Amino acid sequence: MKNSYKNFFLIIIFTIFCLHLNLQASEERTSLIKTDWSFKGVFGKFDRGELRRGYQVYTEVCSSCHSISELSYRNLSEKGGPEFSIEVTKNIAESFEVIDGPNEDGEMFPRPGRLSDKFVKPYPNIQASKAANGGAYPPDMSVLVKARKGGAAYIYSLLQGYSDAPEGYVLDDGVYYNKYMPGNQIKMPNVLSDDLVEYSDGTEATVEQMAKDVSSFLTWASEPSLEARHKMGFKVILYLIILTTLVYFSMNRLWSRIESKE
Amino acid sequence: MSEEKYIPKSKIAEWFDSRLPLLSMAHHLREYPTPKNLNYWWTFGGILTFCLITQIITGIVLAMHYVAHADLAFESIEHIMRDVNYGWLLRYIHANGASMFFLAVYIHIFRALFYGSYKAPREMIWIIGMIIYILMMATAFMGYVLPWGQMSFWGATVITNLFSAIPLVGEGIVTWLWGGFAVDNPTLTRFFSLHYLLPFLIFGLVILHIWALHIPGNNNPIGIDIKQRSKDTVPFSPYIVVKDLYALLIFLIIFAGIVFFVPNILGHTDNYIKANPMVTPSHIVPEWYLLPFYAILRAVPSKLGGVIAMFGSLFILIILPWLDTSKVRSAVFRPLYKIFFWILVGDVLLLGYLGAMVPEGWYLFFGRLATIYYFAHFLLIMPILGFKEKTLPLPTSISEPVLDGKN
Repeated sequence: MKNSYKNFFLIIIFTIFCLHLNLQASEERTSLIKTDWSFKGVFGKFDRGELRRGYQVYTEVCSSCHSISELSYRNLSEKGGPEFSIEVTKNIAESFEVIDGPNEDGEMFPRPGRLSDKFVKPYPNIQASKAANGGAYPPDMSVLVKARKGGAAYIYSLLQGYSDAPEGYVLDDGVYYNKYMPGNQIKMPNVLSDDLVEYSDGTEATVEQMAKDVSSFLTWASEPSLEARHKMGFKVILYLIILTTLVYFSMNRLWSRIESKE
Repeated sequence: MSEEKYIPKSKIAEWFDSRLPLLSMAHHLREYPTPKNLNYWWTFGGILTFCLITQIITGIVLAMHYVAHADLAFESIEHIMRDVNYGWLLRYIHANGASMFFLAVYIHIFRALFYGSYKAPREMIWIIGMIIYILMMATAFMGYVLPWGQMSFWGATVITNLFSAIPLVGEGIVTWLWGGFAVDNPTLTRFFSLHYLLPFLIFGLVILHIWALHIPGNNNPIGIDIKQRSKDTVPFSPYIVVKDLYALLIFLIIFAGIVFFVPNILGHTDNYIKANPMVTPSHIVPEWYLLPFYAILRAVPSKLGGVIAMFGSLFILIILPWLDTSKVRSAVFRPLYKIFFWILVGDVLLLGYLGAMVPEGWYLFFGRLATIYYFAHFLLIMPILGFKEKTLPLPTSISEPVLDGKN
């Protein structure tokens, strides 16, 4: 019996090793830039400042092409997010023009945004976004971090991965070289440059800083429940461990009746 | 199984039980004599029941918020994740619950293979179990289509296209399955309907599975029949209940670890991209638990041959009780079978690994080798081993090895 347990563990280790190889093999690209993410790990939480700055980068830079159709303005004030005050969030919402309607005359009409409105999209539909971007669709960013291998680190790296194509490398028309993009050809130009935005909290807006802030913001946008999930997970597992221990001792006590009968 | 009969303690109980013997059944379930030497590999039956009930409950609630429409399904999942109270928790439990369900079912099946639990007189338990397993795969596959992401769509396209390999009527069947000429809204709505239906069929079959189990009683690690009820068995409650509970809790700790801290680790990133019939993902892969069969499918050069091999790999499991010619149940007393068993485990894991790879070069070569070995294990090794193998002497009763002082 002992032997079969040993075998089983060996096989499990072998499987994990295989999965590991699998992941590595399917990611034959430059390894992503490493940085500390506050939301990683069991107690991981978002950095409020980072999220707020990230929101600023998104609105001032990304949002001219990329939508986040699943976020509502109210989300910006909710727990576990950038946690802007209600007043600030209302002002944010009102600064956008939302097309509502139809009204009693059957007309669509513009009005200032409300907390309950979804983020206003830069283009009315995918076709329009393609037409305006040389045939490339700037992906919706609602779950972008979860839709890319490497997640936040990938976006963080990609934003800093622009350079001139290596000598002899032939780029297609209207395409840029990026060492982190699968295939190294990306239709999105290098949008970030130092001091592109002016952070209201005084943080220096380096490319690295903006890339990190916006990657964090997009992680939250993809997973607004991350903090609640981590918090609940810790409690659940702690509870389970205590219960398991109690059940273990009860079980031993109970089964000792059987063994003592021998 | 002989056991004490239920004696009603009151007139009402007697009246009720003589008309509908639910109390007798409850009594039987409580007192059910269970071999006392069951190890932890036997706790997965209870764990699987828990998994099924969890999937059904979370699934029912998710279905209240999900919209089965090609234009809205993807967004309705995000609606569940963001706007439904604890929707993220329900969805992550349900999505990862499927993986945990399969993890448990694979352990459960391999346990049966190791200890010969499929052999007489337990063939019916095994066959029902295999039907449950096949229904589980169908259910999981259709569930994976519902979020209408890229992998959902293309996975559905690849798998439903398999039926086109059937001569003459293949194309017609595929059109019928799709409800059109491509995977589209009609496909999604029927998959949703069936995904809701099948778990209840599984539930019914689980009842039959347990019923069939209670006729001969449990097999056990040494695979011999119970000689003396008082010495060899313990009543199901409380002994087995508390042991199953302990194992379930450990299982839950792992489950919770995945749900709360790495809920997307078993999923494919492409499934967070909305289905797009115009863009094919570079590499279409099914969920991990279907990978060994995917590898078998692709190991055969012809499409029809691949489909036959894939369904054949499941069918030979159903007839396994008659392929195994050995009289001895437990691998503990079968030194050669024990080795072949572990080779089979390795072979299936290898197939799973290869199923995730692009089938070319060495991957394809090993895929074919592993597929041939898989069939050889059941069709050649198992029947021959029964005649050739020298088994170890069996103990006379379950309590004997315990008395030997080894424990």
